[in-house]
Amino acid sequence: MFNASLKQLSLQLTEKKISSTELTTEFLKRIKALNPEYNAFITVNEELSLAQAQAADKMRASGQAGPLTGIPIAQKDIFCTKGWLTTCGSKMLSNFVSPYDAGVIERFNQAGAVNIGKTNMDEFAMGSSNETSFYGPVKNPWDHAAVPGGSSGGAACAVAARLAPAATGTDTGGSIRQPAALCGISGIKPTYGLVSRYGMIAFASSLDQGGPMAKSAEDLALLLNVMTGFDPRDSTSLQRDAEDYARDLQKPLAGLRIGLPKEYFAEGMSKDVENAIEKALDEYRKLGAQTVEVSLPNAPLAIPVYYVLAPAEASSNLSRFDGVRYGHRAKSYGDLADMYRKSRAEGFGAEVKRRILIGTYVLSHGYYDAYYIKAQKLRRLIAQDFAEAYKQCDIIMGPTTPTVAFNLGEKSGDPIQMYLSDIYTSAANLTGMPAMSIPVGFGDKNRPVGLHIIGNYFSEAQMLNVAHQYQLATGWHLQSPV
Amino acid sequence: MQWEIVIGLEVHAQLSTQSKIFSGSSTAYGAAPNTQASVIDLALPGVLPVLNKGAVERAIKLGLSVGAEINSPSIFARKNYFYPDLPKGYQISQYELPVVQGGNIQIQVDGTEKNIRLTRAHLEEDAGKSLHEDFHGMSGIDLNRAGTPLLEIVSEPDMRSSAEAVAYAKILHALVRWIGICDGNMQEGSFRCDANVSVRPLGTEKLGTRCEIKNLNSFRFLEKAIDYEARRQIEILEDGGAIRQETRLYDANKDETRTMRTKEDANDYRYFPDPDLLPLEIPQSWIDQIKQTLPELPQARRDRYISKFALSAYDASVLISSREMADYFDATLKQLPTQAKLCANWIMGEISGQLNKEGIEMTACPITPAQLAELLARISDGTISGKAAKSVFESMWNGELDKNVDAIIEAKGLKQISDDSAIEKLVDQVLAANAQQVADYRNGKEKAFNSLIGQIMKATQGKANPAQVNAMLKKKLDG
Repeated sequence: MFNASLKQLSLQLTEKKISSTELTTEFLKRIKALNPEYNAFITVNEELSLAQAQAADKMRASGQAGPLTGIPIAQKDIFCTKGWLTTCGSKMLSNFVSPYDAGVIERFNQAGAVNIGKTNMDEFAMGSSNETSFYGPVKNPWDHAAVPGGSSGGAACAVAARLAPAATGTDTGGSIRQPAALCGISGIKPTYGLVSRYGMIAFASSLDQGGPMAKSAEDLALLLNVMTGFDPRDSTSLQRDAEDYARDLQKPLAGLRIGLPKEYFAEGMSKDVENAIEKALDEYRKLGAQTVEVSLPNAPLAIPVYYVLAPAEASSNLSRFDGVRYGHRAKSYGDLADMYRKSRAEGFGAEVKRRILIGTYVLSHGYYDAYYIKAQKLRRLIAQDFAEAYKQCDIIMGPTTPTVAFNLGEKSGDPIQMYLSDIYTSAANLTGMPAMSIPVGFGDKNRPVGLHIIGNYFSEAQMLNVAHQYQLATGWHLQSPV
Repeated sequence: MQWEIVIGLEVHAQLSTQSKIFSGSSTAYGAAPNTQASVIDLALPGVLPVLNKGAVERAIKLGLSVGAEINSPSIFARKNYFYPDLPKGYQISQYELPVVQGGNIQIQVDGTEKNIRLTRAHLEEDAGKSLHEDFHGMSGIDLNRAGTPLLEIVSEPDMRSSAEAVAYAKILHALVRWIGICDGNMQEGSFRCDANVSVRPLGTEKLGTRCEIKNLNSFRFLEKAIDYEARRQIEILEDGGAIRQETRLYDANKDETRTMRTKEDANDYRYFPDPDLLPLEIPQSWIDQIKQTLPELPQARRDRYISKFALSAYDASVLISSREMADYFDATLKQLPTQAKLCANWIMGEISGQLNKEGIEMTACPITPAQLAELLARISDGTISGKAAKSVFESMWNGELDKNVDAIIEAKGLKQISDDSAIEKLVDQVLAANAQQVADYRNGKEKAFNSLIGQIMKATQGKANPAQVNAMLKKKLDG
């Protein structure tokens, strides 16, 4: 049951081999037993989850079930969830019970899915190791000495450790794909604008995008079918016809042109990762695809550009956490300015403060043009590189991360090293293009390696097809650490 | 030394939309605190703004009314600063590329026309309110007003006196109400002015250091604040001092301005484009459509009154001071097309006076334009005198006899004696009874004529048609 795909679980529910209540109970038991070790969940609420499971069973009984009805899904604690503590991994929101549901949560509720718990994450999604969480680090199920990646580290751990059949994540610079890679699962960041940002606590608005994390590409397709769709409450949400992301899963890959950016196969990628990636590419060639070298000359600028723009937006987005209306307020303070100072000093962790400072700096009078405007211009150049590359190929591949999972504590004292974990992933956020990671084997210390697949805008169905065909041919995604 | 005062105004006009600029909450004034604050207005984690189309439409209306450019795309930007009544920690406003760019407004001061250039008009959201009185040792926050749509209309520093500034503010105030984008209620803060004031030696070009006086919510305060501020600056300069650029507040009780914050402690607002709101594309077709809905503008109507109805520039300007008054005039004139001046006089005189006295809006005037036209028709056809008409007007105002003009004239016996033979008879009687005065007149005492007129009017209780009496008397005496 814990290794079953979403399709299998759905079938078992349809055939009444198991009820949602039973399924939910089993996962809750497993979480109760194992979460103290993994720390993948910040909040588990058996009562609320079981109530949803019972409602799902009724939905199924009345014949109104969809594919996800009754299936437990772990929700990243960045999605506001009515009646649930929604902390965003921060002390600042450690007392915040959301009075409303995020667009994504609403969609899962309408589909009859069961919220199995809120997953741990880097504070305000700022981090690549889940170590910045106020609720403590999460362990990598493959190796408890290793980080699970971040910011969606709890989600990746929950799926990999089989604490939940699937999970949601959000991705601002790689926060779905990097932990998916480090935990050996599949995850996709869709084209910017496909998944509603309403109720998804903002880190960097122009980069943030929600997406699913699961054991396989096929599962991701089912999840995307539920998660995507126009939301009039999000002005950046795209109005497009609904599509079935599973429609092309079975297409053969013959003739597929895979672009390999030379900048991504250069210095920086570790040998073990390179080996696994090369093997995966061989597999693709066997499946009928051809690989072509492409160039993304501005790719090395992605990290510096990202670390100007994301903090700039974050510094403003996080201004609302002022201790006035909700969230943490210092116990004692003098005047108003002191209340702000103390509440924010106490409520935010070091990494969040660092990014607020960077962001405030780059937006300041006299620096704005040199940093923010310059970065926006470079952002456009990076997008142009991809547009050029797609003239020569259908899809782009490379490593998701330069190395396998690093050890807990290994990089937490060195922000620059930490930021470089997103060296391959942040470009897709800057351009708004869809990108995903799938497991393609293991590197040093038997830690997982992820293959990064970047598609052109709205090519999710094709990307999932490309991932699914690989997963049919290989078994890496079926490997479980538990 | 002679000084020249230089003034530019920033006017915040609250737009008359039902809901807020970025949320669906009501904008109605005066509700219990925080009852009109949704999760979006409270800036809960995760919420996002969605632009109210009605607010943009109103901004475009203003732009079209002042001959401005409508920018497309137009950009919304975040103005970042911390304050408890600013829930997001930033105000969504516009910085580069406001909806409205440029434009002109004509003012008249002492009979002279002057053009005031507009710099821009941009959309933004209002903040909430901090309440310091009712909470012991604490402050209350009311977010009902947070997110109310504002159009900030910024002028060039083209005004040279408080009178010009007030004239400009009044014209703008009338305009926003005229085109229906703002209710103009200054007490409720729907229309408030910030004045940028500087002084320079007359004849020089370089602008002096300016001070901004915030939140002037009446034309009188605007005038007094500018006058005070200009005097203050001139005194400092004449004493050899220098003006410090700062934001000042006007204290109406003391009739003075005082420092609110200096440039040194001004915020760096760190404006940047709001990533939650995409650049606003305004298609020309939409602009054209809005143009169709615009009423005849005050300036055009003023010109029409002067050219077509031969009204004086002064009368025309008074009539267009509100759309309601101009519409009332037009409706009255429709019934009495040849009597523009008479209509104008009565609307500007009796009607306005009575409305003012009773504090009633033109739209609630108890006498309709048609009823006024009936009354004025009785003056113009000689049935009653102007003096008698005022008495009829009073009865109509009070709702007597269903405001029926003829019935009131009849009941009050105000009908004028206009019958030539009746008047001749009256004149003859008076002449016969006042032989001495007749003789005096004929001996060159002009005064005696007026005395005779008086006798006749007295005999008829003022009802004799004065023009006819005058002519008849002259004929008899001189004939």
